[in-house]
Amino acid sequence: MSAATRTTAPRRARPARPARPAREPLWRRRDRRWAVLFLAPQLLALLVFLVGPLGYAVVLSFMEWDGIGDATWVGLDNFRTQLTDPYFGRAVWNTVKIGLITVPGGLVLALLLALALHGVRGRTAYRVIYFLPVVTSSVAVSVIWQMILGGGTDGILNGTVRDLFGITPPDWLADPTWVVPAIAVVTIWSSLGLNVVIFLAGLATIPPSLTEAARIDGAGPWQMLRSVTLPMLSPTVFFTVVVSVISSFQAFDLVYVLVNPDHNEGAQTIVYKVYQQGFREFHFGLSSAAALLLLLLTLVVTAVQFKAQKRFVHYES
Amino acid sequence: MTNRRQTLLHAGLALGGLVMLFPFIWMLLTSFKGATQMINEPLAWLPGPWRPRNYPDVLDEVPLGRAYWNSMYIAAVTVAATLLTSAMAAYAFARIPFRGSGPLFGLFLATQMVPAQVTIVPLYLMLARLHLIDSHLALILPAVANPFAVFLLRQFIRAVPVELEDAARIDGAGRWTIFWRIILPNIRPGLWTLGIIVFLASWNSYFFPLVFLNTPDLFTIPLLLDAFHSQRGGVDYGLTAALSAMTVVPMLIAFLVGQRKILNSMASSGLGGR
Repeated sequence: MSAATRTTAPRRARPARPARPAREPLWRRRDRRWAVLFLAPQLLALLVFLVGPLGYAVVLSFMEWDGIGDATWVGLDNFRTQLTDPYFGRAVWNTVKIGLITVPGGLVLALLLALALHGVRGRTAYRVIYFLPVVTSSVAVSVIWQMILGGGTDGILNGTVRDLFGITPPDWLADPTWVVPAIAVVTIWSSLGLNVVIFLAGLATIPPSLTEAARIDGAGPWQMLRSVTLPMLSPTVFFTVVVSVISSFQAFDLVYVLVNPDHNEGAQTIVYKVYQQGFREFHFGLSSAAALLLLLLTLVVTAVQFKAQKRFVHYES
Repeated sequence: MTNRRQTLLHAGLALGGLVMLFPFIWMLLTSFKGATQMINEPLAWLPGPWRPRNYPDVLDEVPLGRAYWNSMYIAAVTVAATLLTSAMAAYAFARIPFRGSGPLFGLFLATQMVPAQVTIVPLYLMLARLHLIDSHLALILPAVANPFAVFLLRQFIRAVPVELEDAARIDGAGRWTIFWRIILPNIRPGLWTLGIIVFLASWNSYFFPLVFLNTPDLFTIPLLLDAFHSQRGGVDYGLTAALSAMTVVPMLIAFLVGQRKILNSMASSGLGGR
């Protein structure tokens, strides 16, 4: 109550009010100083290492510069070059394709596993096993999977298939058509456990009274899933979809170490282009333009998802 | 009926688990094989003869201990700096009313959307000007700017009862004392979650070290493995697998030891959608 009078009283007395700082209580002035102090380190880091470079990237994207000579202003040329370059178009399409396989594929698989784990006794061991790839570095994942998928017909996978069935599967990592599905499989393998654990946590928050009520009303397993479990889980699903899409757009590590896209353009992604044009060819402007197009793609797709969530996501009120 | 369902579920889950485990098993088997064993026909699954020598042999060639130290202290410093600074900022946003708090927090939320790869070129140019390229600070400093961390910890701080803070204030505690003695101990689960996320991200990071580091003695574990693999991976399968095993297995053991805490922490990271 005293707070209310404090904020309304000065407004009525505005004409006669003395200079503000004198009126302001001491704790509030001190508080402002504390706020600045508490915020300073993160804010400084944010401005120096995120906001500043982002602005710098925008400036660079309008320039032609190799980092040594003079920079020349080229307007929108870098963006025009990227958007008309069939190789860049291919990289965008490869990136999107990886997302189109890993996001639905990975999340459906994770959901099925989580549902199975939710209904099973002794789930700890499985949770741990499925999570192992998550704590393994992407480089190690790539090195290991190269031993499985690579090696032409002599690799463990293709060699076994050949010995058992007498057929020769494609050379997964060298074939431009099969390399994206191969990358997607490895990506799903390495992130599956995290999504399973997140879904399990989501399932655990569904009140048992709700499922009990549905059961009493005669809901079968399928109806239960459609009308109770999925709507209750939808905020978690939405969160994982957004995160998975963003990380699939940033595909680089797995691609770069597993496949070496220098020799297989079927595996070139947007971030690979950013790296190649920036740090191999030293076209800093072109590379920045590619990076900004990636940001634009991320923002647009995420915005669309947030729009769409209103129709699909059910939030407890 | 339910028993049969349990058996069926267990069978399916165990099969899936085998698929998840197979690459690790294959890595371990390969790490004991000689170079010629990989091109035999038909394929040999088990090493014959077993060559444990691959392990000391590859250690003679690469500074793995050095890379472990590098990765370890970079991750430790990054985690400590991120936890402290982001908890401070999160506390300011959650509990100290100040003008511009809303829009400033909006800025934090917006920058969360910017992938690190987008700023790699300007960041490189800036760090080059500061003579920080080919140094570990180039990895640590940019990683500390973490708007997601501020967002996550703000959620946790908002759940701390205000009464605790008021009581401390009546006892004469200032903002810093409240932050240090009341807030931090009460958001321990949040700090664990964030700490694990930041640690894993730093430990497994590849893109930034690839761009920022040149000197092998400064390499982190992923970079060291990548360097060896790109030179010799296509030839010395056994050595490469042995090196991978030595980078992977200690992490797996650490995970097994702390699995309960780690899994629970990671699970709560996904509830941000609620």
